[in-house]
Amino acid sequence: MAQNIIYMKQLRKSYTTGAVTFDALKGIDMRVERGEFIAVVGPSGSGKSTLMNIMGCLDIPSSGVYKLEDRLVNSLSSNELADIRNKKVGFVFQAFNLLPYATAFENIEVPLLFARVTSKKRRTRVTELLAQVGLADKANNKPTEMSGGEMQRVAIARALANEPDIILADEPTGNLDSVSGGAIVAIFRELWQSGKTVIIITHDKSIADQAQRIIRLKDGVIETDGHPVESRLRRLDSSTGVELQ
Amino acid sequence: MNIATIYNVFIRDFRKQKKRIMLTLIALSWGTISIMVMLAFGEGLQRQLMINRNGLGEGIGILWGGQTSIPFEGLGKGRPIRFTSEDVDYIQKQIPEIGRISGEFHRWDAAVKHEDNVVNEHVTGIDPDFEQMRNHIPKRGGRMINQFDLDARRRVAFLGDETKKNLFGEEDAVGKRIFIDGVPFTVVGVMIHKLQMSSYSGEDANQIAIPLTTFESIYGYRYLGNIVYQARDLSDMPAIERKLYETMGAKYRFDPKDDRALSIWDYVESARELYNLLFGVKIFLGVIGGLTLIIAGVGVANIMYVSIKERTREIGIKMAVGARRSYILAQFLIEALIITFGGGFGGMTVSYILTEGFQRLPIESDVLEFMGRPTLSPEIGIAVVTILGIVGILAGLFPAMRAARISPVESLRYE
Repeated sequence: MAQNIIYMKQLRKSYTTGAVTFDALKGIDMRVERGEFIAVVGPSGSGKSTLMNIMGCLDIPSSGVYKLEDRLVNSLSSNELADIRNKKVGFVFQAFNLLPYATAFENIEVPLLFARVTSKKRRTRVTELLAQVGLADKANNKPTEMSGGEMQRVAIARALANEPDIILADEPTGNLDSVSGGAIVAIFRELWQSGKTVIIITHDKSIADQAQRIIRLKDGVIETDGHPVESRLRRLDSSTGVELQ
Repeated sequence: MNIATIYNVFIRDFRKQKKRIMLTLIALSWGTISIMVMLAFGEGLQRQLMINRNGLGEGIGILWGGQTSIPFEGLGKGRPIRFTSEDVDYIQKQIPEIGRISGEFHRWDAAVKHEDNVVNEHVTGIDPDFEQMRNHIPKRGGRMINQFDLDARRRVAFLGDETKKNLFGEEDAVGKRIFIDGVPFTVVGVMIHKLQMSSYSGEDANQIAIPLTTFESIYGYRYLGNIVYQARDLSDMPAIERKLYETMGAKYRFDPKDDRALSIWDYVESARELYNLLFGVKIFLGVIGGLTLIIAGVGVANIMYVSIKERTREIGIKMAVGARRSYILAQFLIEALIITFGGGFGGMTVSYILTEGFQRLPIESDVLEFMGRPTLSPEIGIAVVTILGIVGILAGLFPAMRAARISPVESLRYE
């Protein structure tokens, strides 16, 4: 049996603004095995990004259990969470989130600095990563001197810097045209094929269809969870009431 | 947190924000310059005034006879107390705390003549100790009045530099003959120029000193104008004052508690008062400079705060890729401290150049003789570094703590 890399049980997350409490996640049960390629889909406000942030240790759940590689994330200190973000999980954002004043090279270097990698090793690793995402000639370009697709490739290279096991991407193609978006998805597929666990939030059906498994969220709960076709059929089933064979 | 990591990221971030940092550095330098230069002026003024003050003498007291105001042992009040030259020896024997002592006769408006030049000057009759106490330092080639002069009642004179100028002009005076009220005297010394801020009988520059015994024999004065004394140890001054009342009270039969029987100017005490006053002036200047520096500090805090606000997203990005809170805290704190000390160092350098330049300006001016030139002292440096340290830590700590507390998700959402 494959090893669970992510395990969630009755995971909840609520936000309080003044007197109003909003439940973003209302009891998520989920397991992710090492090496899976998962698409998380669902309408706006369904809790996709909240789930992703918790998975990436950018946020902590209000209640429930979240285990990452058998470590209970709820009980970790802020330094331990920072180390997980640095080494275990690579995050790719819709808005790229690159440091605006730093070059492509310097942006990719940041996680390596926090991981205390020596200067020489950093240089080698960043050069390698730039080549991997096809930006060897853009090392000294700042974000303003790059296209959206190129910026996202820099962000992916940065996410890969410390060779994390899990790649989390929150609508990575949301700000890109279809050609650039396609190239980005191809990179994620390659990463998955190389053994990484890849979890992508997307609105794009064509991307979701390339995943092994689709988790559909609605109103803070998992509506369906399964293979793309299976998942679509189940959804069809729930909307039509026709039982599947 | 690894220091090399902080350093690496910090240096990179720092380079990207040159303009903002430069402006802050200038503000802080300005604050530092204002506090340092003000304190340097205060220090210069204090030193100069203390030097000028020492023109009269260091650690001396001046004693005049007064008038009794309390009836004592059958004697009524209103009795004048006057001293003779024997009292000088008597006091010296009675009060061992006194190291040097001299009687002083005064003859105002004596006619002093050298060749065709006649001036009216103030002539004093003194003991050899007098010139030591009152800083009558002779110019090269001359000497003070000494004990042999007194013993032999020599007709020798020591001229104040102004008097010498009036009589001789630029000509050398030592060894020349002058006539004081018609009596011939040989000039044995001329006083070097000294700054004298206080006096009790005119400035020494305009006087002529002759041996006390010679004075007595020429003018036939019996009573001294005053007695000048110097304590062996400055802390003995109050005890000497008390003993003067006791010994003179016993000799001249007045109540030792009768304040008006004697009049004493404790120059040490008034030096202390002046010192305290000048210290007050320095504190005042320091406070003004300090406030300027604190305003600059508020500027740093403000800039750090705005910078953290502006860089909230950047903080979020760094946290998302693995920055620990301690790193964020250290980054902003170090940034504030580097800006503060960088600005402080710049300001100190400029202040040093300014004060050194001022010291070397070839200006001869009465104002400068009185005011002194700005002087930096180690205390000023220590005070400024301390204030800068406090300003830097306070200006950096609070914004940095705020930055470190923000959750990564919140920071990333910040637009």
